Amino acid sequence: MSRRHLAILTATVLAAASLTACGSGDEPGEGGKTLTYWASNQGASLEADKEILQPELDKFEQQTGIKVNVEVVPWSDLLNRLLAAATTGQGPDVVNIGNTWSASLQATGALVEFDDATLDKVGGKDRFVPAALAAAGAPDQPPAAVPLYSLAYALYYNKQSFADAGITAPPTTWEELAEVGRKLTGDGTWGLAVEGANPSENAHHAFTFGQQYGGNWFDAAGQPTFDTPQNVAAVKRYVDLMAVDKIVNPSNAEYAQNQSVSDFANGKAAMLLWQAAGANLKSQNMAADAYGVAPVPFLASPPAGGKQVNSMVAGINIAVFKHTKNLDGALEFVKFMTSDTEQVTLNKTYGSLPAVGTVAADPAFAADEQQVLAQTLATTAAPLPQVPEESTFETLVGTAIKELFADAASGRPVTEDSVREKLTRAQQQMR
Amino acid sequence: MTTTTSPPAADRAAGTGRPTRPAARRPRRSLLPYLLLAPAVVLELAIHVVPMLVGAWMSLLELTQFHIRDWSGAPFVGLDNYRVVFDLDSAAGAELLRSFRVTVVYTVLSVGLSWVLGTTAAVLLQRPFRGRAVLRALFLTPYALPVYTAVITWTFLFQRDTGLVNHVLVDQLGLVDEPPFWLIGDNSFVALLIVSIWRTWPFAFLCVMAGLQNIPDELYEAAAMDGAGFWRRLRSVTLPMLRPVNLVLLLVLFLWTFNDFNTPYVLFGGSAPAEADLISLHIYRSSFQTWDFGTGSAMSVVLLLFLLLVTAGYLLLTNRRRNDA
Repeated sequence: MSRRHLAILTATVLAAASLTACGSGDEPGEGGKTLTYWASNQGASLEADKEILQPELDKFEQQTGIKVNVEVVPWSDLLNRLLAAATTGQGPDVVNIGNTWSASLQATGALVEFDDATLDKVGGKDRFVPAALAAAGAPDQPPAAVPLYSLAYALYYNKQSFADAGITAPPTTWEELAEVGRKLTGDGTWGLAVEGANPSENAHHAFTFGQQYGGNWFDAAGQPTFDTPQNVAAVKRYVDLMAVDKIVNPSNAEYAQNQSVSDFANGKAAMLLWQAAGANLKSQNMAADAYGVAPVPFLASPPAGGKQVNSMVAGINIAVFKHTKNLDGALEFVKFMTSDTEQVTLNKTYGSLPAVGTVAADPAFAADEQQVLAQTLATTAAPLPQVPEESTFETLVGTAIKELFADAASGRPVTEDSVREKLTRAQQQMR
Repeated sequence: MTTTTSPPAADRAAGTGRPTRPAARRPRRSLLPYLLLAPAVVLELAIHVVPMLVGAWMSLLELTQFHIRDWSGAPFVGLDNYRVVFDLDSAAGAELLRSFRVTVVYTVLSVGLSWVLGTTAAVLLQRPFRGRAVLRALFLTPYALPVYTAVITWTFLFQRDTGLVNHVLVDQLGLVDEPPFWLIGDNSFVALLIVSIWRTWPFAFLCVMAGLQNIPDELYEAAAMDGAGFWRRLRSVTLPMLRPVNLVLLLVLFLWTFNDFNTPYVLFGGSAPAEADLISLHIYRSSFQTWDFGTGSAMSVVLLLFLLLVTAGYLLLTNRRRNDA
């Protein structure tokens, strides 16, 4: 072969290689024997989650012959990754989603609808806890997912700190919490720890406070109503824990990576509002008998229209992408993950509650923490608005509250006007 | 140098009895150059041109979560997204303008200070001395570190309660009584600028150092014989001779810094404080966090046009000056 021909051949091969490179991708569910599963980060770390999940996935492979390749995706990346998968049709077969995103992701049309026939394939509609299933999509549509882990907010308090301060019972109202918090603040410790720079955490609390003040973040037509007087009062009450009550360390305004849990575990803060913090606290060497768990407080004198709500219906759902080439296998996997055995094993490990009613009475969920969470979910929790713009609400309102915490930490006054101005600006960014 | 000459055509034609004429054979076009270029062209199209055109098309659509799975169903809204972007009375327009201002100030300060630092260090390290190689390697370290690792380290340094920066300022030097915030509020801009300059100046240092190698020693010797001191040599020899390097260096630094996404994203997470809300992060938030890809794309197109205009203006200006010189 002459040098000229060799050069032409080389160039052709290079061109062909570059063209084929453009077409490669992450193909979901190759033909039936493998599934790709994106799990959310529920444990102390991504690695810990993988170690927890892998034995269960091996069990599934033994039972069905279907191998599941799991990737634990951090919360900070999960929504973007899901969006990319929805847009391109490339990616996993089965995914975990925050249940508050259900309606937003449902609107993309990328997830398999769990109509009655599909629900029957994973054990039937009646298996699932109704409140948890209600948080799996818009009310008038088939769910876009099924619940996997159920969660609720609770108030965690340090027993020793309470005893040292002569406090005998956890606070049941915000007014009490502020008073107790003031007693617990001093000498390098603070009454309460919050995740001030985490938009999602902020938005969850904005929802709960909003309910207590009689506010709604969306009207019946699904239009945003961020800057109503009730919502302004609700957000101000939350931020005032730092700005006025001074029971939150100003440094919490820059917390966004669960530093508040660490502060509680390390004794730098005496109270914490969190979802199933037990497993996380254990990983940080805080003994289970060192803290108590109580329901999140209410307002002492709720205004007209105020609701008896102290948590969102929190939780993780499991969904299947329509682009899967192995729908039956994917649904089989969903059925496996929501089976009685797996529900007990996984929820016990993560400290969350089962999403199916059949194992609710299992001794694995008899600890005080789980009892408080179960009681809250059963009686005083409400689902976040199941509207397509929910994830945008979390981002915009959560960011507005982050800015308000920054103002409070910097010593700038947080007034009704400043809260309203931020919420109005957030609402204007909704289209 | 050797040359080879072909025998004249007349000689070659001798003996044939036919009148001679110059060879009129048409030059055969070779496909080889095009084939060799093809991979680069394909990749350029796939990585730059096509996404850019798709982005421009997206900016004309109402592309929200309802349509991202099937763009063909997204309503065509013409220039509506651009109207939102340019409507300074709307929250989106006002926020974009504020973000643009922050980015301009950030870029000017970061590029300017990085260039000054890089040039100063390169000039001071031009003369050989013991330990020069070590210093050069040390100065280049920030440029060699992976961006994410480096910036995450800075986030730890800037923590209010546990960060090293406040430990030095408050506990060691006693310059301030109350530990300031660096990652929220007014200081967030300063923190962002510090990290940016720390990352950028080694590149300026590297380029200027390379440029200095091309300045003949004779020029400095002649200047010295004429009695020029350090400053005069810097002003009349070094900087003029570095002009070609600086022209490219400043342009590259401007484009990199104006578009910088990694530094603010890692430093502040997805939502930066208003004081440090750079335009790239702002567009990301408008697109991915509010799921409004149409408006986000319109912002991107406007940014692209702005950068094209600035670059074209800069090149025209600098070329004209060079031609006038």
